[in-house]
Amino acid sequence: MLGYTIRRIGQMIPVVIGATFLIYALTFLMPGDPIAALTGARPLPESTVAQIRQAYHLDDPFLVQYGNYMWGLLHGNFGIDFFGRPVLGLILERLPTTFALALTAWVLKLVIGLAIGVYGGLRHGRAGDHFALVFTVVFLGVPGFVIALGAQTVFGVQLGWVNPAGISAGWPMAFILPALVMAFEAAAGLARLTRTSLVGVLRSEYMRTARAKGLSPRRVIWGHALRNAMIPVVTYLGLSLAGMLGGAVIIEAIFNIPGIGGLMVTSINNKEGTIVVGIATMLVLVYLFFNLLVDLLYGVIDPRVRV
Amino acid sequence: MRTQQTQQPDPAGDHPLLRVRDLDVEFDTSKGIATAVSGMNFTVQRGEALGILGESGSGKSVTARAVMGILDMPPAKVPRGEILLEGEDLLTISAKRHRELVGSRVSMVFQDALTALNPVHPVGRQIGELYRVHRGYSRKDAKAAAIDMMDRVRIPAAASRVNDYPHQFSGGMRQRIVIAMALALDPVLLIADEPTTALDVTVQAQILELLKEQQVERNMGLILITHDISVVKEVTDQVAVMYAGRIVEHGATDEVLNHPGHPYTQGLRASVAGEELKGQRLPAIPGTPPDLLRLPDGCSFANRCPFVTDECLEQVPPLESVGAGRQSACFHTEEVLDHVTA
Ligand SMILES: Nc1ncnc2c1ncn2[C@@H]1O[C@H](COP(=O)(O)OP(=O)(O)OP(=O)(O)O)[C@@H](O)[C@H]1O
Ligand code: SF4
Ligand SMILES: [Mg+2]
Repeated sequence: MLGYTIRRIGQMIPVVIGATFLIYALTFLMPGDPIAALTGARPLPESTVAQIRQAYHLDDPFLVQYGNYMWGLLHGNFGIDFFGRPVLGLILERLPTTFALALTAWVLKLVIGLAIGVYGGLRHGRAGDHFALVFTVVFLGVPGFVIALGAQTVFGVQLGWVNPAGISAGWPMAFILPALVMAFEAAAGLARLTRTSLVGVLRSEYMRTARAKGLSPRRVIWGHALRNAMIPVVTYLGLSLAGMLGGAVIIEAIFNIPGIGGLMVTSINNKEGTIVVGIATMLVLVYLFFNLLVDLLYGVIDPRVRV
Repeated sequence: MRTQQTQQPDPAGDHPLLRVRDLDVEFDTSKGIATAVSGMNFTVQRGEALGILGESGSGKSVTARAVMGILDMPPAKVPRGEILLEGEDLLTISAKRHRELVGSRVSMVFQDALTALNPVHPVGRQIGELYRVHRGYSRKDAKAAAIDMMDRVRIPAAASRVNDYPHQFSGGMRQRIVIAMALALDPVLLIADEPTTALDVTVQAQILELLKEQQVERNMGLILITHDISVVKEVTDQVAVMYAGRIVEHGATDEVLNHPGHPYTQGLRASVAGEELKGQRLPAIPGTPPDLLRLPDGCSFANRCPFVTDECLEQVPPLESVGAGRQSACFHTEEVLDHVTA
């Protein structure tokens, strides 16, 4: 298991290099001059501009800049922004808020998605299943921001159950609405996958064996069906937790939540490449971490892939 | 030597171990109702082995699943019939009583052990589950009992393999585990649905030997479903030949296979005249069986039968006695019996 873990981490290195390279290149190609964006209407003297450009290696060739960045990253250094603040600090300051939102949303999604998926799977072909299908189609079909804005208007503004924006109410009240929006959005896919997987398992021969052993329906379902049905679901769930972080970026903007989403948006506007790259890199690392977690968990659930 | 215990009454009462009476099984399909089994009648006594022989699609597995109560309903339904296990009708008893009997009094060995075992549970747990559920054993006792069972079906180093998963065993060993599971609670009736089809020829013989040995040792009733005439000959006392959902011939194995009274049995036998076909699937008799959605008014075998006459096309030949303990469903059984085959 340890050897496998180390091997898996080894396999991640090229992924990290490839992903950061892409992100770095995209940021490098971002139109506009960061220094002009920084100073706004009052241009700086030529010499100062040159000094800044040199300090931030802005005139070095792309590959050199990238090399420097990676070298820093290897030492846990995400660089500094134009105000001299360490980028890592900026990110870490806001990451907990984003994590709180993403995790809340993920847990809600897990509960909603599994419940609907298992329900639909157990009643496949009957009325309950059709209801579950309608639910998933609606939430898969309507764009997320529409649901977000709708929920904000109805529950935040008209009914006034929660604050429509900001996090002054703290966890959980400030997070519940945005998290629910994210959860329902993502639960649809999970419900679909769970249902399909469960229906497949219920048709399998070993379910017949379980019944031939005279087990109660409850034991047949809980003891024999669900764990098998969860095998594809676990992969999806782990990756979707990382995906939730990405989704949080958009929702944070709508609900005015000061997480890394907000930071990302500001930084893109200010052409602060280091922060954009820093956040993206951080998300890649988090994603890979969850990916690894999923692989290891997968082995626990499905003995056939155990190493 | 064959033990003939067919006519012995059940010591616990006058019920035979298993009596299936007028059983029909239908499937509701998108194209209509398929009659997979119709008018099945047979009995199995303690210590007796009944072979069910027939080509693919003849309804052998459906019959077995109906007895076990593991048909998927829907699409399956059982509009008619009785399945009496020691006098209790498995079709009408409560779900709870059914669960008490199935897996413990009557159990089943499946064709493909790899798919029949749950891939995510250790084999010991899958065997032990029977003791836990039916007998309330503790986890520890159930595991010990599972190891005993694994020993009994001769899985080497059972104690050290009890926590292994199905995929870690060879095909033959996996089938032994399925057999261990089926025998765990000392059933009075064991149904084996093509237990060796998925295995190598050499392993097939070992598994059959194990089944036969356990059947004799425990005086169990055994229903052995197979395509393989040589297997039926080796293992069974009685044989029921199925065609298109019906028993077309039934009787003592030796007699039925040596002197067939039904043209279908005769066709099967003629085509495996040579020993070289041992272990093979049933050989092709020219023609195809009828569509189960539209069974003919007359004999189902008429389109392939060398003895066919007009009478055969008008009504279904009933399964009738054609001598001591023998039945055949053919209007021309006498002729077939007289017909000297190679
Ligand atoms: N779930 C189902 N839905 C519809 N028809 C079915 C279903 N299961 C079985 N049947 C039909 O019942 C008939 C009998 O099938 P069964 O599996 O009993 O055949 P068999 O004799 O066991 O054949 P084989 O030797 O191939 O195992 C088949 O023709 C099949 O089409
Ligand atoms: S009843 Fe007629 S068609 Fe059917 S098996 Fe006998 S002879 Fe052949
Ligand atoms: Mg079959």
